[in-house]
Amino acid sequence: MWDHEIRAMASTHAIIAASVFMATVIPAALVPGFSVYGTHLLWLYSVSGAVTAVSVAVFWLLGITPPTKKHTVGFKLSRLFRSCLYFFLSCLFFHTVVVLYGAPLIESALETFSLAVLLTSLTTLRCLCVLGPNVQAWIRVFSRHGAMSVWDTCLQITVACTVVGAWVGAFPIPLDWDRPWQVWPVSCSLGAMIGFLTGLVAAPAWIHYHRKHLTYKCK
Amino acid sequence: MKGLPVLSLLLWMCAVYFVGIYLFVGGFLLVRLEVNRTSTCGDVLQPGEEPVDFCRVQPRFRRAVLLIIDALKIDFAWFDPNNTAPRPYENKLPVLEETVSSRPSHSRLYPFRADPPTTTMQRIKGFTTGSLPTFVDVGNNFASSAILEDNLIHQFGQVGKRVVFMGDDTWENLFPKKFHRSLPFPSFNVKDLHTVDNGILQHLYTTMVGDDWDVLVAHFLGVDHCGHRFGPDHPAMADKLTQMDGVIRSVIDRLQNDTLLVVMGDHGMTDTGDHGGESQKETDAAIFLYSPSPLFPGPPSQSEPDVVPQTDLVPTLALLLGVPIPYSSVGQVLLPLFPPHGQTEGAVGRLSQLEALWINAKQVNRFLETYSGMAKDIPPESLSQLKRQFSRLSSEYLSSVREGRSPSPQLAASLQAYLTSVRDTCRATWARFNPLKMAVGLAILAFACLTCFILSELSLVLIRENAPGPKAPVVAALAAGACAAACQLLAQGYVEAAWCLAAAALSSELLFLWRAHRRGTAPADKNGAKAPKCTTWLSPCRLLIPPLLVPLLRCASLLSDSYVIAEGRAVTFLVFSLALYIPIHLNWDGLLLPPSHDPLKAAGFLPPPASSPSTVRKESSILLACLALLVGSLYLSLSFHACREEQGSCQPSPFLSPLSRLQDSQLKNLHYVLSVFSLGSWTYLLRRCLRHYGNLNSSGGTAFTAHWILPLLSVCLALHWAVSATPEDSFRNLAELISLAQLALPRAAFCLLGLGLFLIWLDPLTVFVKTRGAASARASSLPPPSYRASTGISPQAELHHLIPQIYQRMRRSMDDGELSGGGEVDSSPAVKAYGLGTIYSAPLLLFCGLLGIGLLLLHPEGMALSFLLLLLEMGALLHIHASSTNLSSLHGTYSGGFNVPWTPVVLWSLAATQFFHATGHLPTFPSIQWGAAFVGFPDGHTGTLLPASLVTLNTFASHILFAVGCPLLLFWPLVCEVRGSRGARACGEEGEDAVMEMRLRENPQQFSSALLQLSTRYLFILGAQVFASVCAAAILRRHLMVWKVFAPKLMFEASGFLVSSVSLLIGVTLVLRVDVAVGRWFKRLVPDASR
Ligand SMILES: [Zn+2]
Ligand SMILES: [Zn+2]
Repeated sequence: MWDHEIRAMASTHAIIAASVFMATVIPAALVPGFSVYGTHLLWLYSVSGAVTAVSVAVFWLLGITPPTKKHTVGFKLSRLFRSCLYFFLSCLFFHTVVVLYGAPLIESALETFSLAVLLTSLTTLRCLCVLGPNVQAWIRVFSRHGAMSVWDTCLQITVACTVVGAWVGAFPIPLDWDRPWQVWPVSCSLGAMIGFLTGLVAAPAWIHYHRKHLTYKCK
Repeated sequence: MKGLPVLSLLLWMCAVYFVGIYLFVGGFLLVRLEVNRTSTCGDVLQPGEEPVDFCRVQPRFRRAVLLIIDALKIDFAWFDPNNTAPRPYENKLPVLEETVSSRPSHSRLYPFRADPPTTTMQRIKGFTTGSLPTFVDVGNNFASSAILEDNLIHQFGQVGKRVVFMGDDTWENLFPKKFHRSLPFPSFNVKDLHTVDNGILQHLYTTMVGDDWDVLVAHFLGVDHCGHRFGPDHPAMADKLTQMDGVIRSVIDRLQNDTLLVVMGDHGMTDTGDHGGESQKETDAAIFLYSPSPLFPGPPSQSEPDVVPQTDLVPTLALLLGVPIPYSSVGQVLLPLFPPHGQTEGAVGRLSQLEALWINAKQVNRFLETYSGMAKDIPPESLSQLKRQFSRLSSEYLSSVREGRSPSPQLAASLQAYLTSVRDTCRATWARFNPLKMAVGLAILAFACLTCFILSELSLVLIRENAPGPKAPVVAALAAGACAAACQLLAQGYVEAAWCLAAAALSSELLFLWRAHRRGTAPADKNGAKAPKCTTWLSPCRLLIPPLLVPLLRCASLLSDSYVIAEGRAVTFLVFSLALYIPIHLNWDGLLLPPSHDPLKAAGFLPPPASSPSTVRKESSILLACLALLVGSLYLSLSFHACREEQGSCQPSPFLSPLSRLQDSQLKNLHYVLSVFSLGSWTYLLRRCLRHYGNLNSSGGTAFTAHWILPLLSVCLALHWAVSATPEDSFRNLAELISLAQLALPRAAFCLLGLGLFLIWLDPLTVFVKTRGAASARASSLPPPSYRASTGISPQAELHHLIPQIYQRMRRSMDDGELSGGGEVDSSPAVKAYGLGTIYSAPLLLFCGLLGIGLLLLHPEGMALSFLLLLLEMGALLHIHASSTNLSSLHGTYSGGFNVPWTPVVLWSLAATQFFHATGHLPTFPSIQWGAAFVGFPDGHTGTLLPASLVTLNTFASHILFAVGCPLLLFWPLVCEVRGSRGARACGEEGEDAVMEMRLRENPQQFSSALLQLSTRYLFILGAQVFASVCAAAILRRHLMVWKVFAPKLMFEASGFLVSSVSLLIGVTLVLRVDVAVGRWFKRLVPDASR
């Protein structure tokens, strides 16, 4: 029924995963001394940038983004502006949540904010791409009967995987193993990234295996 | 409602848990009393015409060097020349074997057997006091780790020997300020193999060459750390042992003739490099004795011991160096080091074997007499036998000395046998884990958790079915206990209570489980509705929901020392996660937002909305606001934590130190104002809440408490803080008054608290009834809701919450009860009752509030802020629970009954742990706030019961508050219920009334089952935590951190469980008390009304 959409989704995800891979490998070749742990922030920015750029491009090309009612330039501009604003607000939101979870408030604020940027580019950006700058729609999507297309279900899965990954990533921090990846926020961002990649794989697979039971109200 | 079955089931459950904890702790934690007496050089005398004592005698050795190589296993010390392919730890210390074979009368190498627990601290205690230290050596130094028992270092100091120490800094904690010179190095980082050793080597040789020492102690840690890090079978161990070989060689080269060298390990290690337990690999260390002057009468002979017990070092060293044997030593002298009787001529201060044994035996007997006078843990029959043995031997020895004849050769052997049997008796009492008891305790606890879980799932069935309650299990328990006692009497001749209790607990649990199982699998023909309920309670997908995943994570975290150290933050993390889960889950179920009229959404999918969107929106915003409050108080509570010594870069909260210690007066004033503000808010919030629901209008004891005692108590507390914060030197002329106030104010507060709690208990009803004239009631309609706002709150709130129409409820309740005819009811006058809706929660809330202020009294002043946060968090949790219940009932998905789901219960119990940390407590013994014992008793106590209970109340304040307040979780959704939500479903046309807690009276069965379920769920989570820490202690017996982290954690968790369960029982009993009072009140009202 949705074979076409699932295939499109799988290839989209493959492209995004490849971009993550490239964002890790290319700087390693270009920048001397680059490593995921050692220059963690750099890796973080490169990955978030790559995921942001590739997702926006791919989703725009595929035309997943909900069609706008008006086609004026002004409306499009305001929509773009709203998207950017939401992106920034979401960064602040994630930063607050992470601080409330126990991240240091002042000392490593930059690291915490970078993690927030990564989480935003992995989750909120996808919401922006799929649903547009519409918070109510976002909230609606994350309910049992809220998904209205294959892409909504996919969004649920990837976002949940990313958030859970980041959450699980906080577990090893108190352990006394003295590993480089236990340093704040390496384990969390790695966890989020692993969760995101898992979500990328899991979403098409899950939808494929449950396609008989999936019913959407519209579309 | 049926109070009795609920209470008896809970009591039975708690008792079973207690028995499990008691058994495990009895097998795991060995307790010994410390004897605080010291030997002096005058009191160990040699018999004879002119008594000789240690003060005058010339010792055999003037100086001694003690090289302690931590974890020097005996296998490391052997040398086997035929071994061509030695493992990394074999044949690396050839110096020992070389010396022994080349200078046989100067040196010996023995296996050196330690007593469990084989941890470094206990071992250092062991071979300096000569005793058998257990985990808990109960003395008066519970707060610090310094050794107060008599020990070698102390004795050396007494006779003026200069002790120089270098190495493991544990010594510095054990013997503060006892050393002539000390060079401690940090021992904490196990991964660091070299800091301590290199630090010692920098100073060892220079010190030895110098002459400002008599006893030199050097404790190397590299071998032990290498074992922990790599295990013995690793090249790093070979390097480390080779280094030690070099060290021993250089020390031997620098020894002088009057010096004794002892090289020894404090314990061994397992094949993985751990220690702590009692396997032979852990207990068998090596000891090597050497002196440049002849030390032994001859080469090794047949009579030499195969193994030297570690306790024997103390008397041997003491006698060789000419100091009295420490008072509580139970070791015996190492005989090969002393010449046989009759060969001592000429040598000054050389004791013969018999003399040494006699001194030793005399000292041991003296200790045994003192100890048996203090404690009763040594079996009396063996004690009296030992006494008889000693008096016989002593008279024999004394008579032979007096007559000048040489004593019989058997005497030495019998003295040795006496000393050995003393040591064995002591060891059997103090130094042996009891694995059987531990295993049985574990099993009982595991079954108890299972039983508790099943009990919570089956609560409705158990209450409804008119089941005999816990009668059958109790009978089974009594029978099994009696059986066990009889068996023991027959087999051993005496009864050990622990085993009877174990048999009783296990049999009652198994009987209950078997019956539950049978009930679960029974065919559904008896009662069709029951069958599905019972079959589903153990399916795995029901167990893996997040609210149960969180306690699972919490229990798993207790198995790791890092998480136990970081417990405060870890629990906060979990509470935060679970709190965030609530709105996400509600949103997932589509309950958080009003059913949208989005054109995209198909209209037919959801049932028609049961309520207006605005109500839903209001409830959601309440929920989110309370979530924000919860998160805020969680975050702020992090700033009240204290620090463990393991947490390196940690600053304890500034609020933890009492005000009187603050120097800056402005800061002091600020802290004081903050604390008083928090106290005031606490009082205000409580009263505000009670007034809001109309509970303050009544005239009973509870209202009196709320009106007068609560504010008075806070004023008392604030004054007390002010007085105790005044610096001593100011107001000199008022000094007497101040000291009087310091005594009187807290005591007055205690009295007020007691009075308040008693009044609440005595008269818990907070209902104000107005009976109207009969005329107005005859009017067919209900009386209009008109009444005076006596307390100046908004009339709207009154409309909501004072319940004029409660009359109808009362009528129904009477109908159900004894009244029969309807006509009589019709003719009864209308009754107006204030505060009936919160009739159950109001006394409980006030009880908690008063208790909170009382517990705050025992804390440092700054903790008032933390207590305020606790109250806010409690309120936020209750409101979150209430609004999520409301939201689900608004959407029509409410399942009926009053059952409290897992999420709030888990949050509630985790919050108790979280505030344990946020009130400045830690699960370690040094962090106990002993100051609490002196609140109101600045001059100390005479007994131990009162200070102990004060300290317990201080330590487990948050456990107590949360456990007592636990039934509030059941009431709050009813208190906050939205009109027309549940009512519309439950009571048909009368649904418009806010009936609140009266609903509980209408469904007594559901009420009791919900109360039982709530309490058993709470008990289950607490019990699971205890079980997890018990498992941690049992599994990680060999762990490096067992005595530092896991065992204290177990003690705190177990005592916390004890305190919590008792408080929970108090809370439940209070609810039952209120219920009885309400029943009486209704009964009294009926004749009143019909008159
Ligand atoms: Zn050790
Ligand atoms: Zn060790």
